Amino acid sequence: MELLPGDFGQAILGQAATEETIAAFRRELGLDQPAIVRYGQWVAAVLHGDLGTSFSGRNASGVNRSREVVDLVVPRLRNTLFLASMAALVAVPLSLVLGISTALYRNSFYDRSVNMATLTTISFPEFFVAYILILFLSSLYSVFPSLANVDADTQFGERIYRAALPALTLTLVIVAHMMRMTRAAIINLLASPYIQMARLSGASPTEVILKHALPNAWAPIATVIAFNLAYLVVGVVVVEVVFVYPGIGQLMVDAVASRDIPVVQGCALIFAMTYILLNLLADIIGIVTNPRLLHPK
Amino acid sequence: MKPEPNTYSALGEVAAVHERRSLWTRIVIDLRKAPFTARFGMVVILAYMLVAIFAPVLAPYGEAEVFPEPYAPWSSIYIFGTDQIGRDIFSRMIYGARNTVGIAVATTFLAFLIGGALGLAAAINRSWLDQVLSRSVDVLMAIPSLIFALVLLSIFGSTVTNLILIIAVLDSTRVFRLTRAVALNVVVMDYVEAARLRGEGLGWIMRREILPNIMPPLIAEFGLRFCFVFLTIAALSFLGVGIQPPTADWGSMVRDNASLIMFAQYDLKVGLTPLLPAAAIALLTVAINFVVDWFLHKTSGLHDE
Repeated sequence: MELLPGDFGQAILGQAATEETIAAFRRELGLDQPAIVRYGQWVAAVLHGDLGTSFSGRNASGVNRSREVVDLVVPRLRNTLFLASMAALVAVPLSLVLGISTALYRNSFYDRSVNMATLTTISFPEFFVAYILILFLSSLYSVFPSLANVDADTQFGERIYRAALPALTLTLVIVAHMMRMTRAAIINLLASPYIQMARLSGASPTEVILKHALPNAWAPIATVIAFNLAYLVVGVVVVEVVFVYPGIGQLMVDAVASRDIPVVQGCALIFAMTYILLNLLADIIGIVTNPRLLHPK
Repeated sequence: MKPEPNTYSALGEVAAVHERRSLWTRIVIDLRKAPFTARFGMVVILAYMLVAIFAPVLAPYGEAEVFPEPYAPWSSIYIFGTDQIGRDIFSRMIYGARNTVGIAVATTFLAFLIGGALGLAAAINRSWLDQVLSRSVDVLMAIPSLIFALVLLSIFGSTVTNLILIIAVLDSTRVFRLTRAVALNVVVMDYVEAARLRGEGLGWIMRREILPNIMPPLIAEFGLRFCFVFLTIAALSFLGVGIQPPTADWGSMVRDNASLIMFAQYDLKVGLTPLLPAAAIALLTVAINFVVDWFLHKTSGLHDE
């Protein structure tokens, strides 16, 4: 992960730079040392909460306007978390309701149309969903703005209004998956003998699903939700670029384009950490709700 | 001995050899029974393949041919107009089928080659090799693949070869898991033991004993994996770090023409232009999903309840 970043010295100083200038510049950034040494230094610094300094902002005249990676990342991380939690607040209840109701009325017209719609949204690339929403809700009928340019001073209400379209896109993308898994988890249980028993004792279909099947289905559902939240944090990259939302995904894509390795590393570290933590959380919830998992056969 | 006419003879009935259906007849019968969605999917996939193969014949203009009229509207000369530097969008979409789909197919094949071979080897060997491979796959899978791909592309640079290699390696982890899991059920069979005892090598057991028996899930996975790879590459190109210009590619075409969407209230056709390549991507993935759904239904008999 810490190999030489192309030739950053050449890229910044331009074609006219002499061998000596480039060598001096590389020494200043520490690029003249072997990769393994720099990796060790980077890990040590990260453990102290220091993600390093961005490459950009330096130029040939020697003026150093570069910024700390932490300063770049933190405000944008806040924006991203805002967007992700907004999408999650809508998506999780919605997918639960859809999943349970389709399991209740399975094989009906309602079930089949919801299934068809979700299968289609799963196969769509995120940016396709995003642009369709822009076309209808922003371009043809100006309901929401197509650019979600928020900054630190934006009021809370204004912020929600501007982030509405990106949040809606993310919601559509993850609801499909969560709803299908909820439905599958409940239907899976409907074949068990105890459900049969409940049915024979005269419980109505609604009662069977809500009282008998749902409590046992919580574990797989919680796992899927946590997994989708992890996906949400990562899936924001594309959506942020579409809506020019100043989040961490956009920062990372810009850094990749300009080969600004410290920033890329910092962002990747945060993404990977969130992803792993949420997956860990999913496993813990699974074990808490179903202690049998603690004892493998 | 000839059966008498007008008298019943059991021999005539028994002796009539039940003709074995040829592969072709079986395919035709399967296709007749296929639901509408699966047939639709197959037609779409076939159409994409034809367009990709015959792109130079079908496209009215060259892939990177520049005309003096940027942002031209839809007309009989430029069917879907021209893009920001005056390239014909219709021609680029046709070439895009070749580039985007071709690269995704190559990547998926490579991923299956790596993941499948290692997965089979791990399932048969079950020693330190299995441990080493499984644990390193666990590490790779812990990092979200789009982020990992972004990091690797920023280090190695965005060339087509790098793109194929990186995505193939990242996706081979999922193939490895699946192959290993399904192969583990087959490895314990007696006929594999017999092959091992008569001294067949690792390669023979992989290819002749196990692979034929785990084909259906692998084929279904191939379809799904292709969709996934295809979407990842489209997303990377859309972000500007995938397939680089002037190569025509649907992901980057969406990005290049995205600003046109704001003119939809003046001219709907112009607003639709950036959606065309995105729709082409979506249509193909939907089609493949339909076919894979039907295939899974047919081979495994998975049913709801």
